[in-house]
Amino acid sequence: MQSQVVTTEHIIEVKGISKTYDGGVEAIKNIDLQIPRGELTTLLGPSGCGKTTLLKIIAGLLPPSGGEVLINNKPVHGPGPERAFVFQDFALLPWATVLRNVSFGLELRKMPKAQRHEIARKYISEVGLDGFENSYPHELSGGMRQRVGLARALTVDSDILLMDEPFASVDEQTRRKLQDDLLKLLQIEKKTVIFVTHSIEEAVYVSDKVVLLGPRPSSVMKIIDTGLDHIKSDGDIRRDKHYLDLVEDLWLILKQYLT
Amino acid sequence: MTIFGKKIPMFFALFIWMIVWEIIGRMELLFLIPPFTKVLTGMWELLGNGKFHAALGISFTSFLYGMGLAIVIGIPLGVLMGRIKLVDELAGMWVNVFVSAPLSAVIPALMVLLGFGQTTVIFTVMLFAVWIITIDTRAGVKNISPSLIEMSNSYGAGKWDLYSKVIFWAALPEILAGLRLGLIRGVRGVVVGQLLIAIVGLGELFELYSRNFLMDLFWALVVLIFMFAYVISEIVNHFEQKVEFYAGQR
Repeated sequence: MQSQVVTTEHIIEVKGISKTYDGGVEAIKNIDLQIPRGELTTLLGPSGCGKTTLLKIIAGLLPPSGGEVLINNKPVHGPGPERAFVFQDFALLPWATVLRNVSFGLELRKMPKAQRHEIARKYISEVGLDGFENSYPHELSGGMRQRVGLARALTVDSDILLMDEPFASVDEQTRRKLQDDLLKLLQIEKKTVIFVTHSIEEAVYVSDKVVLLGPRPSSVMKIIDTGLDHIKSDGDIRRDKHYLDLVEDLWLILKQYLT
Repeated sequence: MTIFGKKIPMFFALFIWMIVWEIIGRMELLFLIPPFTKVLTGMWELLGNGKFHAALGISFTSFLYGMGLAIVIGIPLGVLMGRIKLVDELAGMWVNVFVSAPLSAVIPALMVLLGFGQTTVIFTVMLFAVWIITIDTRAGVKNISPSLIEMSNSYGAGKWDLYSKVIFWAALPEILAGLRLGLIRGVRGVVVGQLLIAIVGLGELFELYSRNFLMDLFWALVVLIFMFAYVISEIVNHFEQKVEFYAGQR
């Protein structure tokens, strides 16, 4: 099922991507970006700057107006099995149990029921939802729902995880827990992640690389390597001088675009 | 229902109205209204009456065929209108005109086209029921959160899976609401169609009883049809409640 792995340093290459919506709104303009394999890259920018648009173009959910996206050196013409998407509003099937939701990606790939349920159970456990296999989404809290969304993205065994403001619709405490759990999970599951957020703290806290996008029509303003060891410091990053400096630096840049 | 601080089951209200009906009937104010007990015996008589069975059979099959057509046309049309802008623009106006138009007016034209038989009644049922099913289905499909569609696409859903595993289920609460309203309109379609044609099914019986002033049988028939409409709408309602838990959050 998986195409043969071409090992290049950059798993995703964004070349001159622009997007103008019907009606003339220019969301992003001439974006060039290289995403290194196995790293977590955050797209950060003022709200409405087209972060999500760029992510959806990489996902193949939106066609770009110009430019192209290469994944493993192959151009993108739509969604593919090497990319899995995690949605801001979770996008769970409300009439399906956690088990079916998590295995839905595999169901669409026509995997036999027993097999896909076995895989789904493994990831349900990995995201910490043991015992909720037969619950329905409306019986879960926001944080738990996003764990379901994350488990679903993990079952399909794709190399790339595209996360669109995944923790934006949960409360602050849950968000911190989810961030930590995501970082731990990524230690087990070697993935390349593109993470969209409008939270500076979140961006610095979770990522290896922060891509700062400017206001609409947005282009890449700055790319910062955080150089933080997310796991070793085990939550102590928030006291780290380097972390605090990065957050402040990014804020000083972003501040200019706020009116 | 609470009377004098006591809780009384809802069906008690029905009982009170039956008593009122009985009293008015007994007072013989209007020969049109026989006592309710007489209507009940009329009902009993009807249920053992061969003519009634035959009429019921014809009416029920017309209803089933008409509803079947309305569902087979209405749901797919509603889904297409909800998904494809061109279809919506082409059909939208007509669907909205027909859903509120007094369709009884076109039945005479149908009679000319399709004859004075069952075909006309089937078509009348379809015509009465199909529009509301279409409109509600369309609304349901329009309501689907775009991210559910994107989710399906991003995990590689084919067209068939997208419609059968996601869109249909997401729109199901509205589809069922449309179906319930459609069934009630369909019952109206059978009765109105047969009354106008007046030589088939229950319509013929209505005509026969009212012309001969057999008011107890006439009312028995009315009550039976009302009960039928109520029961089928309750059956759909039962299924609606089963999907209600997710209707609020899609």
